[in-house]
Amino acid sequence: MNEILEKKQLNPTVKMMVINAPLMAKKAKPGQFVIVRVDEKGERIPLTIADYDRNKGTITIIFQEVGMSTKKLGTLNVGDRLHDFVGPLGKPVEFSKDTKRVLAIGGGVGVAPLYPKVKMLNEMKVPVDSIIGGRSAEYVILEDEMKKVSENLYITTDDGTKGRKGFVTDVLKELIEKDNKYDEVIAIGPLIMMKMVCNITKEYNIPTMVSMNPIMIDGTGMCGGCRVTVGGETKFACVDGPAFDGLKVDFDEAMRRQNMYKDMERKVLENYEHECKLGGILNG
Amino acid sequence: MANMSLKKVPMPEQEPDQRNKNFKEVALGYEENMAVEEAERCIQCKNQPCVEGCPVHVKIPEFIKLIANRDFEGAYQKIKETNNLPAICGRVCPQESQCESVCTRGKKGEPVAIGRLERFTADWHMKNNEDKIEKPETNGRKVAVIGSGPAGLSCAGDLAKMGYDTTIFEAFHTPGGVLMYGIPEFRLPKEIVQKEIDSLKKLGVKIETNMVIGKILTIDDLFDMGYEAVFIGTGAGLPKFMNIPGENLNGVYSANEFLTRINLMKAYDFPNSPTPVKVGKKVAVVGGGNVAMDAARSAKRMGAEEVYIVYRRSEEEMPARLEEIHHAKEEGIIFKLLTNPVRIIGDESGSVKGIECVNMVLGDVDESGRRRPVEEKGSEHVIDVDTVIIAIGQSPNPLITSTTEGLEKQRWGGIIVNEETLETSRRGVFAGGDAVTGAATVILAMGAGKKAAASIHKYLSEK
Repeated sequence: MNEILEKKQLNPTVKMMVINAPLMAKKAKPGQFVIVRVDEKGERIPLTIADYDRNKGTITIIFQEVGMSTKKLGTLNVGDRLHDFVGPLGKPVEFSKDTKRVLAIGGGVGVAPLYPKVKMLNEMKVPVDSIIGGRSAEYVILEDEMKKVSENLYITTDDGTKGRKGFVTDVLKELIEKDNKYDEVIAIGPLIMMKMVCNITKEYNIPTMVSMNPIMIDGTGMCGGCRVTVGGETKFACVDGPAFDGLKVDFDEAMRRQNMYKDMERKVLENYEHECKLGGILNG
Repeated sequence: MANMSLKKVPMPEQEPDQRNKNFKEVALGYEENMAVEEAERCIQCKNQPCVEGCPVHVKIPEFIKLIANRDFEGAYQKIKETNNLPAICGRVCPQESQCESVCTRGKKGEPVAIGRLERFTADWHMKNNEDKIEKPETNGRKVAVIGSGPAGLSCAGDLAKMGYDTTIFEAFHTPGGVLMYGIPEFRLPKEIVQKEIDSLKKLGVKIETNMVIGKILTIDDLFDMGYEAVFIGTGAGLPKFMNIPGENLNGVYSANEFLTRINLMKAYDFPNSPTPVKVGKKVAVVGGGNVAMDAARSAKRMGAEEVYIVYRRSEEEMPARLEEIHHAKEEGIIFKLLTNPVRIIGDESGSVKGIECVNMVLGDVDESGRRRPVEEKGSEHVIDVDTVIIAIGQSPNPLITSTTEGLEKQRWGGIIVNEETLETSRRGVFAGGDAVTGAATVILAMGAGKKAAASIHKYLSEK
């Protein structure tokens, strides 16, 4: 169990792993997440389930190497085992049977949690237009996968090295203004991107689902660290989410909470990189 | 001839000024002679009120007599007849409201130090004797225990001894429940908990960690997998907040989060352990129970300069163990009693800079039997703090009740059981401990685990 069966580098900072987890693969649904620990001392890292295969008994995770723990995870290879792999956690997403057309928006590594939802809609025969974006060409992930499950796929990059130069929100505005009718928008990516998207969809009164990825420990409702304010009420992202009504989420608070341990995380990362360098020197 | 001293033999402890800077155990335990001297204070009264006062009816006068006769191993075996986890109970039970509260010696002077003697006995055994645990012959019948806290551990232990093929499912990566993530090292060394878990394994109990029942498997799945009965001992893990403005500011923790970061994730060893915790210089802990004391004393040990307990009633109503309140004070925790927070104040970056409180006065007795605190008009004042820890209680986690059809629960989340058998509204499903009662004590949860094991045995024997 928990063995890494496949590993792929999707871009300079994002990796994909397929994990052998038959029991979890039976239960996983779009919108849910897992918690991973790399080693005995490791942090509990929440990661989205990017895909699952019930027949093969596998769960696919996609993660960006940001801090020490995700970098360490990235050093594991095919054949290695994850020390701990817990899930599926969180509420699966649900779509109404009356949904006629959806617009899906993904920014950076946010395309990973977006994909299973679009795939699900595609299986429900609901047409989906998708916009995916990244800093530059190499940061756009899952292009082929998204193309397969979307009716139209639009790509934007900040620097114009792929698709259109600009932001996902530019395309969003255009599509809405060109009179495309969407019953729902799904937006997953950096908090600031989700906030910008919601600012626009709020104007047009389009229901918008976002997925939150706050700091958490247990992922079962026990610590309350993942508090998110939605419509003036406190919710726990791990059990009430991670998907929420984006038009009601307090993104400013979420961004502030996301930065709570920035300085300490930097310290751990510096130590780790220093050790790696030292290890490199000692090992010749 | 009984020792007629009115006072308990004092417990050797680390000096307050030294211990509030480390996580080592505060109370060091009796030496043999101290234990014998204290045991001689027991007058072996005939009516034995202490046994009635103990939720698991430990044969208290009998084990104490064995200590007085220096038969320490015999004393240990006597306790073990009814209590699986004496090393833990001797440390965390609220003896002053249980066995010691009814001790005959307590009518004049201090009661016999039953808790300290229980702890001494368990520690003596651990130090001097190897447990010869023999794996009982299995009857091949599978029982699932959900949760590895005190209720689950004691239920699984008894089931294994009766020959059941018992598996514990634990949501965290480490078994032990609140004994591991909640109660700090300085009050309950994790080594002791680990020993108890190891001895369960020797009895043949299987422990599957990282299994969030309700998510990866439902209770119905467990029956499909051949488990013939299920015990739910999932505790009360859902933290309560106060619903006052500012609770989502950076620097506000639930006690669960704060203690889990420190105990389970070892944030005290940061950056060697990568999980961080922000303690700040001035900390307010809201609440008056053991969890509040644990959080306050942990904050102090993590380097906070000033730590306040903010509690809306008076010290008399505090639910914490007397010893913890006493220890907290000795360690320099400042008690702001009859004080109730109304708002947490943040700075321009969204971090806590203060907590606004009002003074309370005690009014009439309420349904909890305690005098209800009433706000004193115009008494608003701000305490400067940079961290706030909310320790006002926990409720049961709904993960299982929400995924199990036909499992009835109270409006506040507690699972409804038949009080005699601990069977739930679902046949073959039993529950006990905080998941049923709401947040209570380790010993009550253990008692429930034992009771459920006996009921499960009866149920499966008749099935």
